[in-house]
Amino acid sequence: MALYRERGVVLRTYKLGEADRIVSILTQGRGKVRAVAKGVRKTKSRFGGRLEPTSHVELQLYEGRELDIVTQAESIDAHRHIREDLDRLSKAIVLLEAIDQLAQERQPAPQLYRMLVGGLSTLNQADSALLIPAFLLKLLAMEGFGPQLDGCVVGGPQDDGVDLVSFDLDRNGAVCLDHRRGVPIREESLSVMRAVLGGGLSTVLEVSAGPVTHEVDNLVGHMWEHHIERRLRSAHVLDRA
Amino acid sequence: MYEGPVQDLIDELGRMPGIGPKSAQRIAFHLLKIPTPDAMRLSEAITRAKERVQFCQRCFNFSEHELCLICSSASRQDGTLCVVEESRDVVAVEKTQEFRGRYHVLQGCLNPIEGIGPEQLRVSELLGRIDGEQITEVILSTNPNIEGEATAMYLARLLGPLGVMVTRLASGLPVGGDLEYADELTLGRALEHRRAVE
Repeated sequence: MALYRERGVVLRTYKLGEADRIVSILTQGRGKVRAVAKGVRKTKSRFGGRLEPTSHVELQLYEGRELDIVTQAESIDAHRHIREDLDRLSKAIVLLEAIDQLAQERQPAPQLYRMLVGGLSTLNQADSALLIPAFLLKLLAMEGFGPQLDGCVVGGPQDDGVDLVSFDLDRNGAVCLDHRRGVPIREESLSVMRAVLGGGLSTVLEVSAGPVTHEVDNLVGHMWEHHIERRLRSAHVLDRA
Repeated sequence: MYEGPVQDLIDELGRMPGIGPKSAQRIAFHLLKIPTPDAMRLSEAITRAKERVQFCQRCFNFSEHELCLICSSASRQDGTLCVVEESRDVVAVEKTQEFRGRYHVLQGCLNPIEGIGPEQLRVSELLGRIDGEQITEVILSTNPNIEGEATAMYLARLLGPLGVMVTRLASGLPVGGDLEYADELTLGRALEHRRAVE
């Protein structure tokens, strides 16, 4: 049992007893950590709004057997623009849920941490129609589910250069007209996905909302369900506003 | 562990929020030890509350009648609605003695990760009240946490086009607290909405 310091992003919180919360945090060095924040729901709590989901914080924690205890919290970035804009906030919640599904308790995941911190700060700077699909696609690639987007996934190398017209979730790749199966897809959508995985993220984030962004969003959502085998519950809950 | 009725009592008490097996055991033995009329009073209070208390048809606060005391009171101002998450919040606002309008209890807040969307809350009922009761101002008094803020922003978006004034409870420093412990967001908002001292 010892004190330790960690940087982390608050993923979720759960009410505990009268005024406490359990906070689930993705830390830089220890993976997902669950800790009790005592009295955090009282208006005079010294933690204030620092331990809310999306907050990037520097923490001091006391190591416990199952749950740790938060003893101090300092903000690194409160992501104010996310907190004050419904569209960005609902996107941020999807990022948090995706990371929560992948991160394991007390299993260091520095790459996930870097992705999340980067994703949130990008979202805090500007909203983008493709932020969520781009983030999920990168996560999928990181988990070993990167799709094949060049050449037909059924026909193989001899079909290189043919037009790709659909996407097969089982084989996780684009398919040509001769072998078409799965969901139909536009060439523009495929090039957006290639750009995400090929280092062209900044240009992708400038694409404005339209049929292509909608198609990519849908497809990546299905890929997530297919490969991670979990649904992102928070996606589209607030879309009806 | 124990004989039938004792164990049943412990099990039932253990279902209460925040009551673990040990506390359940302690309360059960306390109830067995106190005089029968005292224990019966508790049992009757539970029965009476469950039989009589319902949701107010208009504001969805707990109420003994079809309309709660606030909704049926003639001395409250019409036209202003204070929207809160839970019945407990009505009590908190009432204690301030600063609000004379009426309430609307959402019975929760949006929580996308838990899959709680507007359909699970009393949102359509709120929208129905705006026209029906000639509401001119809606004060969004959801909790200042992420779920409450999301709920407030969501409602503001729905209410805006209806031509009603939508306000949000101010954020700021708690009375009696220390400035150095205020988080950046709260202190930032307190600065932004500072006011002239008269």
